[in-house]
Amino acid sequence: MIANEAELRALMTAGLNGDAAAHRVLLDRLSRHLRAYYKNKLARIGRSADEAEDLVQDALMAIHTRRHTYDPGELFTPWVHAIARYKLIDHLRHTKASMADGPIEDAADFEAQDDHAGAESALDLDRLLARLPEKMRRAIRHVKIDGLSVAETAARCGMSESAVKVSVHRGLKAMAAAIAQGRTT
Amino acid sequence: MKTDDLINMLSTNVEPVDRGQLRRSLGLAVALGTGGALVAALLTLGVRPDLHEPGALAFLGLKLAFSAGVVLVASLLLTRLARPGGERRTRPVLALLPFAAIVLLAGLSLAYAPSTHWEAMIVGDMWLECLVSIPIIAIVPFAVIVWTVRRLAAPTDLARTGAFAGLAAGGVSAMGYALHCMDDSLPFIALWYGGTIILCTVAGALLGPRLLRW
Repeated sequence: MIANEAELRALMTAGLNGDAAAHRVLLDRLSRHLRAYYKNKLARIGRSADEAEDLVQDALMAIHTRRHTYDPGELFTPWVHAIARYKLIDHLRHTKASMADGPIEDAADFEAQDDHAGAESALDLDRLLARLPEKMRRAIRHVKIDGLSVAETAARCGMSESAVKVSVHRGLKAMAAAIAQGRTT
Repeated sequence: MKTDDLINMLSTNVEPVDRGQLRRSLGLAVALGTGGALVAALLTLGVRPDLHEPGALAFLGLKLAFSAGVVLVASLLLTRLARPGGERRTRPVLALLPFAAIVLLAGLSLAYAPSTHWEAMIVGDMWLECLVSIPIIAIVPFAVIVWTVRRLAAPTDLARTGAFAGLAAGGVSAMGYALHCMDDSLPFIALWYGGTIILCTVAGALLGPRLLRW
């Protein structure tokens, strides 16, 4: 497992409590681990490394939208690893790859780091947003991209604050689903 | 899309997370499914008419205890499986406990009965109704549970998670059917209740990878 379990777990716990800075650091660290992991796995079974970044983003989105499934009483790295592995297997299964080609069991590669800042996937944010219903799209644009507070967004869109939160939450989940689907079609 | 942009987006205005939500929602789904199955059984089949007899009441209690035991174990395992990597921390063997108990009781009751009664005890009167009703009534609780898992959970072993969703739904459905069923013998419960619940489990395992993908 990843050597810095304690550090990542602390970041995760802080993020679960609403600490945005810790959450950012966490996702950034994880993106490096994930990139190394996917590049390594894909290379080992002779697949193009181009797919790696799509998987990295799919996994990050899943980690974020399903972070309430992490039980703080348990180790954090096995949780992340299970998601990373699930997304890889799902990807290979739905792109008709033979699973017999390479072992994807060991987590050792997960320790590797990859400093590929600014890495880009084939996914298009605007297109993903365009698929969302109007209300969700506006809520995500204001709150998650322009960085307006929930209260400001609520005032601007004429919605209640809880409606804004729900829209952001549902919108991100819909985007996560679209990424997971789009990856395999 | 740049991964850095995605990270920026995800870490802007982060809301605190409700950690009890998953467990609560799964519990609610099983409870709703139970309510739905009981109502469906009452509306379509009705309660057995001989409930005032103590023997009938005892067997109803026994059927409910067996099915509720199945539901309890299945729900506990499902709550584990709902989290990534949960399959590494579950012992599916636990699910066999209620089945082992009822098979043991059925064996004892056959052993103490004359062999001429065996056929009547095992086949009962309404085995076909039982075989058909339990899987059909299970559809509603299965849908509620699957919907909740899809919405909130992140299972990484979809077949196994589907199997336990099916097991819980089958158990819930058996509770509903028990209100109506007048076949009072332990071997009947073991074979037809147990068998149809296992059928629901197999169906869940087959449907899981398709229904629970995220």
